Amino acid sequence: MNDQPTTKWIGQPLDRVDGPAKVTGAATYAADYRGDQQAAIGFIVEATIGSGKVSQIETAEAEAADGVHLVMTHQNAPEQAPFGDNADAGRFGMSHAVLQNDEVRYYGAPVAFIVADTLEQARYAAGLIKVTYQADDSVFDAFEHEDDAFAPDSLDGAEEADVDKGDFDAVFAESAETLDATFHTAAQHAAAMEPHATVAEWDGDKLTVHIAVQILSSARKAFANTLKIDPANVRIVTPFVGGGFGSKLGVHSEGVLAALAARKLQRPVRIAQTRRHVFSNGPHRTNHRQRIRLGASADGKLLSVAHETLGAMSRDYPFAEAAASPTMASYAADAMKIRHRVVAANIPHVDSMRAPGEAIGTLTYESAIDELAVQCGIDPLEFRLQNEPKQEPASGKEFSSRTLARCLREGAELFGWETGPVEPGALRQGRLLIGRGLAAAIRPNMMQPAEAAAELYRDGRLTVELDMTDIGTGTYTILTQIAAETLGLDPNAIAVRLGDTDYPKTCGSGGSFGAGSTGTAVSKACASIRDTIIDRAARLDGDWAGVNSGDLRIENGNAVVAGRSLALGAILDAIGGDSFKGKGQVEPGKAHEDLAQYSYGGVFAEVSVNADTGEIRVRRLSGAFDAGRILNEKTARSQLMGGMIFGLGAALMEESLMDMRFGSFMNRDLAEYHIAVNRDVPRLEVKMLDTFDQNSNPLGSKGIGELGICGTGPAIANAIYAATGYRTRKFPIHLEDVLDHLPAL
Amino acid sequence: MTPFSFERAEKASASAGVRYLGGGTNLVDLMKLEIERPERLVDVSRLPGDIRESDGAIVIGASVTNAALSADPLIRQRYSLLSTALLSGATQQLRNKATTGGNFLQRTRCHYFYDTARACNKREPGSGCDALEGHNRFHAILGASEHCIAVHPSDMAVAMAALDAEVRTIKADGEGRTIPATDLLRLPGDAPERDHVLDDGELIVEVRLPANPPARQLYRKVRDRASYAFAVVSIAVALDMEDNVMKNVRIALGGVAHKPWRAEKAERALEGAFVDASVFAQAADAELQDAVGRGDNDFKIPIVRRLIITALRDVTDLSKEHSA
Repeated sequence: MNDQPTTKWIGQPLDRVDGPAKVTGAATYAADYRGDQQAAIGFIVEATIGSGKVSQIETAEAEAADGVHLVMTHQNAPEQAPFGDNADAGRFGMSHAVLQNDEVRYYGAPVAFIVADTLEQARYAAGLIKVTYQADDSVFDAFEHEDDAFAPDSLDGAEEADVDKGDFDAVFAESAETLDATFHTAAQHAAAMEPHATVAEWDGDKLTVHIAVQILSSARKAFANTLKIDPANVRIVTPFVGGGFGSKLGVHSEGVLAALAARKLQRPVRIAQTRRHVFSNGPHRTNHRQRIRLGASADGKLLSVAHETLGAMSRDYPFAEAAASPTMASYAADAMKIRHRVVAANIPHVDSMRAPGEAIGTLTYESAIDELAVQCGIDPLEFRLQNEPKQEPASGKEFSSRTLARCLREGAELFGWETGPVEPGALRQGRLLIGRGLAAAIRPNMMQPAEAAAELYRDGRLTVELDMTDIGTGTYTILTQIAAETLGLDPNAIAVRLGDTDYPKTCGSGGSFGAGSTGTAVSKACASIRDTIIDRAARLDGDWAGVNSGDLRIENGNAVVAGRSLALGAILDAIGGDSFKGKGQVEPGKAHEDLAQYSYGGVFAEVSVNADTGEIRVRRLSGAFDAGRILNEKTARSQLMGGMIFGLGAALMEESLMDMRFGSFMNRDLAEYHIAVNRDVPRLEVKMLDTFDQNSNPLGSKGIGELGICGTGPAIANAIYAATGYRTRKFPIHLEDVLDHLPAL
Repeated sequence: MTPFSFERAEKASASAGVRYLGGGTNLVDLMKLEIERPERLVDVSRLPGDIRESDGAIVIGASVTNAALSADPLIRQRYSLLSTALLSGATQQLRNKATTGGNFLQRTRCHYFYDTARACNKREPGSGCDALEGHNRFHAILGASEHCIAVHPSDMAVAMAALDAEVRTIKADGEGRTIPATDLLRLPGDAPERDHVLDDGELIVEVRLPANPPARQLYRKVRDRASYAFAVVSIAVALDMEDNVMKNVRIALGGVAHKPWRAEKAERALEGAFVDASVFAQAADAELQDAVGRGDNDFKIPIVRRLIITALRDVTDLSKEHSA
């Protein structure tokens, strides 16, 4: 870590530059796009079996219905590359073929696509389709088929499915204090406000797709690979996204269906998935079983750690979540045994969702650590501090920076954590049992390749272009600030343009890597313009030689530095051009390979449990976080608060219920799938350490989007223990779980 | 959505083959999912309706919104449990639209009722019930049948049952009738497709709350979260006390049955009894002796027991200790 440079714009709580467009409706999301030709509207007919074949499909009645232009089934869908083809392009870029044959891969997979003049006509016609199926034996419940479990080839959030350090069995057997706990975490859906939506439009061989996605370059590959067309003929346009949370990292069936139908009809096709459809045709996080065994010495030194996870991988869709990722990085231990196992299942696509790995890994690991601390008779904060590692426990790598202990201490101060033994249930306010708990938050910090282009005009206006997305996080705003900082320019003179594959390629939004990666590319693009200006100015005016480029400002169309001023026009005239152009590019370097990089947090919760009914409410949440340098104090705080709210939901609410007889999710709307909303969320206190990690990127920032979710759920679970004495083995925690721990009436 | 004809009612009149549209907060959703497929829809939400006093009783027009009813001073003073129940349901936006008549007739939230690919005797008589062996955390513990274990989701209807409200209707032949709120909705038996006792085309026109309701009232809803959520279980209690003896005891339970469940066994155990914690427990046990869990919802039995006992404790001021 080193000192943070002084800045004018970076870090400021600048209002969102896209705020006015959003509140006036000028911001167009995918389904808002209106082209010259009126789009027809699509509607998905879902399979009602989890695995098998479509033996018969009757479409005549739907085809004859008012307004219907097309009923597309596997019998008339255009040829595509088989689903999963071009696997080299990764799960986001491989073929996402739909309706390619009579096979049903998962419950809710499209078996027909209706296109009509209006949504109502299409939806009505969908109900007229009659499908007969031949179901075959299918696997929905990973735990029932544990014998078929395997170690996934690749894992999201960890390099290896298995990690062994020392002899776990031997050390565990000799540990004075041990814990052996098996947890279950729930399936979840991201439930972004904007559903998965697409408008597809063809112009000859060229396809333009307005689609709700987080990563444009892989979406382009997916369409090219699926439709077997040249990627150069695919343009993806995504200026605004109404929430991603991982669910829009890749393309989904509605996008491919729209592209196929638009080509057949020679007319744009628009589809916004219904909320019910999103629960099967959008991705989800699968439920996991996590066994954690911990051993400690009598005085609370953690010695042995085993974390073994089992979950489902959807058939043909290679994604597995590294639930034990935080376990490998949080606390020192001599012996460690990590196992990730999956069972291939006939279920809708399982994919990244809100802090994959850490969200469900800290839920369980931080609950177990808390339990062990209490078992050792040590304050859970102190226990965590005394097991602070010097190197990354699993790998032995040095940390790029390590501030977990500081976050815990500052969080404790913010919250007013009182150390010392607390008897569960001892704290009461009237009918309410009050409990307080804490947990550590940790989330890997990543860097991904990104490019950006900047152009500075004579009048001092700057445009910045890159195919990055703003999924509601504030990307437009922070990139504006970074450009303003680098060129000494007023943010009002800057137009950041995102979300178009015509712009330079980036990693998009995901894994909390977007801001650092694309921000660095933008910074470099602007720095290259700055260097050109100074270099050219020095040729025109010898006074400019050797000036500090960091002091350059662009004011009223002039380049200004330390008392010197030159019109941008004069420099451009000398060069013979209309504008200065700069390109920036970044790749993850050695610092990301050699060093263990994380963002950190300490989260503290106070809950109440109704002594009569067991109803659990969160009364207070405080967190101290370190995500390196803060790029915008306001949007960063919002990111952390949003994460904490999702952590609250993971602890107490969010749960997608699959009926294992059918492989279908049952609670497919937001009245039944509960996300924490206003009345569920208490006052949130957020403290940001605002450090600088030069190993992360030149800006010194680290990923922040997913950090707040980590640690919040287990802090709540640990607070519930303090209130009731109930140690959870499952998430979310419901009122009935604490029933046996309520005081007698 | 199956095509339908739409007309706006000019006056409160009933005709066969018609479905009535109130606030549409439930019916329109169900139409989009083709769970409901009315051929003729008559919008009665704009029919005049108000809240007025008549010989001490309160008469509520069927089109009065839940928001207006919950905020009415008379309701808040004399029938406070009804106001509490209304405010514990849905969201302000929904309450602004939902009507008094429509609230009674909202349909179950059973996952299997909502999923048209699944067996549901309520949606498709004779198809079976996938909830019996499925996700049934929200389902009935009292008065269910092997054909249906769904619960009625309304908070308002539970309050109306406890207050001995009466529902006034007109039938398609023009005849009017009065139905006790407790009897408007029915148990599933072998015909769970019928939520209520209304005839084809019968229209709810008003609801009458009797004069002189019990003085002590309480509505308590156990819910998974503070925001918009259907009751896990709920209770409405109304009673009078004289010299520490309970009188006019009325208890209705929500989230336990296919209809608001008048806890008559508990009422009998309490009527005329001295306020005493052991009597509350006896009343709860009497009411729950026939309760049956279906797996996920087993916990409702002990929760309801706790709810009955603690609600009685609070409404009788046996314990002055209130939650913060």
